[in-house]
Amino acid sequence: MIRRLVRFLDTRSGTAPLLRKTLRYLFPDHWSFLLGEVALYAFVVLVGTGVFLTLFYEDSTAKVVYHGPYEPLRGREMTHAYRSVLDLSTNVKAGLLIRQTHHWAANVFIAAIVLHLLRIFFTGAYRKPRELTYWLGVTMLFVSLLEGYLGYSLADDLLSGMGLAIGYSVAMSIPFVGANLAELLWDGPFPGSHAFFPRMYIVHVLVIPLLLAVLLGAHLALVALKHHTQFRRERRQSERKLVGVPTFPGQAPRSLGLLAAVAAVLFLLGGLVQINPIWLWGPYHTYLATNGAQPDWYLGWLIGGLRLMPGFDVTIGGYTLVPNPFWGGALFPLVVLVFLYLWPWLERKLGWEGDGYHNLLQRPRDAPGRTAVGWAMLTWVTLVFVAGGADRVDVMFDVPYTEQIWIFRVLVFVGPALAAIVAYRSCIELGRAERSDRERRQAEHEARAARSRA
Amino acid sequence: MSRARGFLIGVVLLLLRRRGPRPLRPGERERIVPPAPENAGAELLAISLLLASTACAIAFVAVYVLDRLPRQTQLLGLSLGLAFVFLAAALVVTAKRLVVTEELEDDYPEPEHPGEQETVARIVEESGLTRRKLLMVALGAAGGAIGVALITPAASLGPFLRVSRFYRTPWRRGRRLVNENGAPYRAAEIEQGTFYTAFPEGADREDLGSPLVLVRLPRGELDLPPENAGFDADGIVAFSKICTHAGCAIALYRAPLFRPNDPKPALVCPCHYSTFDPASGGTVIYGPAGRKLPMLPIAVGSDGVLRAKGNFDGPVGPSWWGVRMKGPTP
Amino acid sequence: MSRAALVALLALALGPAAAAQDRLGQGKQLFGRYCVSCHRQNGPGPPLQGVGALAADFYLRTGYMPLRRVGVQPRRSRVLFSEAEIRALVAYVASLGEGPPVPRPHPERGSLSAGQRLFTEHCSGCHQVVAEGGYLTDAVAPPLGSATATQIAQAIRIGPYVMPRFSTRALSPGEVDSIVRYVQWAKHPDDPGGWAIGHIGPVPEGLVTWFLAASALVAVCIVLGKRLRGE
Repeated sequence: MIRRLVRFLDTRSGTAPLLRKTLRYLFPDHWSFLLGEVALYAFVVLVGTGVFLTLFYEDSTAKVVYHGPYEPLRGREMTHAYRSVLDLSTNVKAGLLIRQTHHWAANVFIAAIVLHLLRIFFTGAYRKPRELTYWLGVTMLFVSLLEGYLGYSLADDLLSGMGLAIGYSVAMSIPFVGANLAELLWDGPFPGSHAFFPRMYIVHVLVIPLLLAVLLGAHLALVALKHHTQFRRERRQSERKLVGVPTFPGQAPRSLGLLAAVAAVLFLLGGLVQINPIWLWGPYHTYLATNGAQPDWYLGWLIGGLRLMPGFDVTIGGYTLVPNPFWGGALFPLVVLVFLYLWPWLERKLGWEGDGYHNLLQRPRDAPGRTAVGWAMLTWVTLVFVAGGADRVDVMFDVPYTEQIWIFRVLVFVGPALAAIVAYRSCIELGRAERSDRERRQAEHEARAARSRA
Repeated sequence: MSRARGFLIGVVLLLLRRRGPRPLRPGERERIVPPAPENAGAELLAISLLLASTACAIAFVAVYVLDRLPRQTQLLGLSLGLAFVFLAAALVVTAKRLVVTEELEDDYPEPEHPGEQETVARIVEESGLTRRKLLMVALGAAGGAIGVALITPAASLGPFLRVSRFYRTPWRRGRRLVNENGAPYRAAEIEQGTFYTAFPEGADREDLGSPLVLVRLPRGELDLPPENAGFDADGIVAFSKICTHAGCAIALYRAPLFRPNDPKPALVCPCHYSTFDPASGGTVIYGPAGRKLPMLPIAVGSDGVLRAKGNFDGPVGPSWWGVRMKGPTP
Repeated sequence: MSRAALVALLALALGPAAAAQDRLGQGKQLFGRYCVSCHRQNGPGPPLQGVGALAADFYLRTGYMPLRRVGVQPRRSRVLFSEAEIRALVAYVASLGEGPPVPRPHPERGSLSAGQRLFTEHCSGCHQVVAEGGYLTDAVAPPLGSATATQIAQAIRIGPYVMPRFSTRALSPGEVDSIVRYVQWAKHPDDPGGWAIGHIGPVPEGLVTWFLAASALVAVCIVLGKRLRGE
């Protein structure tokens, strides 16, 4: 029966050779190579659950008075957008499950991409000939940040509405063109015209998913064309020889098992752990606010940046050159983005990397310079991220917020430097220990051989 | 009954039959994939896991159909999630115990293909097109211009050249201050130690220029700068409720009960804790805001109702390049 | 009437008054011991003339008073006074001048949705939209999980520490009923989505993402794949 199916496919498309190559494509067997797949499968869940949500969401900001079953909001004025998400969460069978699964999937998707990026960075997988693959990946990361932000802002609840106002302010803060850009995107000053929410909706459900699909397709195609990198565990592995597990029958149940595991984790979370309970926050109005408002975790680094800056706008006479939100909200992520894009080139310029062609990965300790720089950047971003939660730390543990801010302002300079030094020394020490260990074993081996000859 | 028994016997026999490598019979060919490991226990485990998964998936449909169960979302998530957990477990068992994990060798693809690269380059060069420099430049110009033309309609997304709207607010001289229900605020009802949200009568509440925060300070505490002289109405001061840092509503008023011990009165924004001093006209006393809070001059009308005396002393909302270039209109 | 009956009648009539006198006396004694060091003329604490039973009852039953140190924010703490002592102190402070009595809110008469609206407009900037507490410059707005209906009504009228105070003109008794009803409800909202992880939004959600989901999935990857050393 299998033969009949394969024959049918091959005579109609000529793909038997391709199928054969695909079935026996070799995957490296280290567990860290599966992180990218976790992100991929989270994306699959996102699209699947997302399609369901689009069939219920209303992208209109026209006002309506709520008369539904949720008592605390009865009689309240809200937009159709908020009402449609409220109805989906309270009145549609399995609606809340799908909505929560979708939101958890978004959080896990970006977490998986970050873990995958860390593996790629610290093992040097981005080096020639894989720079293109790497740039596609970095682009997908930042596009996903925007996609998540737009997604949770569609609900028009108090929390995400405050977040949109802040996003608007960051756009406004861009020197020279900020206000013009903000006006263009929002069709006028905040909160914008009735066209704004439909615009966000279309970008979130069509434009960005298509873009991500194209980028992802190109990313995976390049991975397959150049084949995966590998760690050197056996002597027969080299820059020319790849050792791994073929797609079928070895890798396929592993990958499918991972897909099922990702779906399992996401549906379990979607049903058992509440996320973004918009009915508690209430509808957004520009004149309302709540304490403790935070963006989703993957934008938490930005709120830290915004809170750490001392209060000043840079002005030249009457011209406001750099409004305050620019530093923490725009320049900070831009620096990280540019660093990530330029790093392959920068590493070559620093002389740590020749013009070599690499299929083998390095362990972090084998590249002390890269590891030090990577740890420094990671520490910097993490410290700013943690600073963004200083107010909750004050409420819960009584550590004064104003003092925390000062401590973090010093830490964000001292911390990365310290992290770089510690990482660098650790790599050198580990390498030295390994080398002396190897030399000792070599000497023992020679001594034994000499004794046996004698 | 005997049919069922026969079926069960058949299943048991099937599971217990001997497997494993046997010598090639004449005419049989060499294997591509080595034989799978012998593991009846693992196969049974995988089958039970798959059965469990099936049961959970059916449970999901059952929970869905049974309307209005308590904790329905949790039961739906648990059943579907467990269905996937068991499926994942079955696949892991299959991967680790039931299929052979070959470790094969293969060559990496060629780093590059110099021959083909050369051929491609020659095809392009020999076409002669690249030598017609002027033609290439003209093609580039046309392509670029058409590209720009195709992007140009994006400018219709918004009024990106008209920044006058950033200076406009609904406040006018004589406009009454009203509360959420539309009732006008009388000066006499504004008490000390608390705060009020006010809107311009008849205007769109969601406009950033609309909402005000009103507080009454003891006259002795008021220390308005010269440019805000007379902006208060009998000790009542009015500020834009929209933070000048990032546009959140300033929904916090720090109102000390006992002045000697407690921090002084302040308007605080809950987003990044920009703190503004109402007594000195809204100056920034803590936090990342780069601009003072815009103040609205107000007066008590002859009917006791609070009215605006004009527009704010500066544009409202977050800063942008022109925010200090002129005042709000009208 | 027999003398015994007369004495009994007198005792009955004057009994409560006598008890009240006793209570005031006890209150004055307690006040002298625990409170007057701050709450006196030109003392570090505010004078209590006219604050009424409302304020005294609030500060004593929450443990806000006695204050550990002058100048710190009063916090909910263990109440060291007995019920009788509290009544005595409240009676004494109320006797110091004309002040509001202990309020009796009726949350069952309030509207939950009006309460949600009013709380969001007046309170959530400090206390967070479901009363989980919040920060403001140099102070903390406490979470309201332990606040009783009476204490909520009292705090609204007093405005303790840096909280604004809302008179009956700013928030009518009916509106206070609705706010109390909402705060009581917010202590245990329905949570149809499952485990509520604190009702404060993205911060605990991020923790779950990394420490539950991401760790579980990395564990699955480790089970499926191999390590550099070993297996």
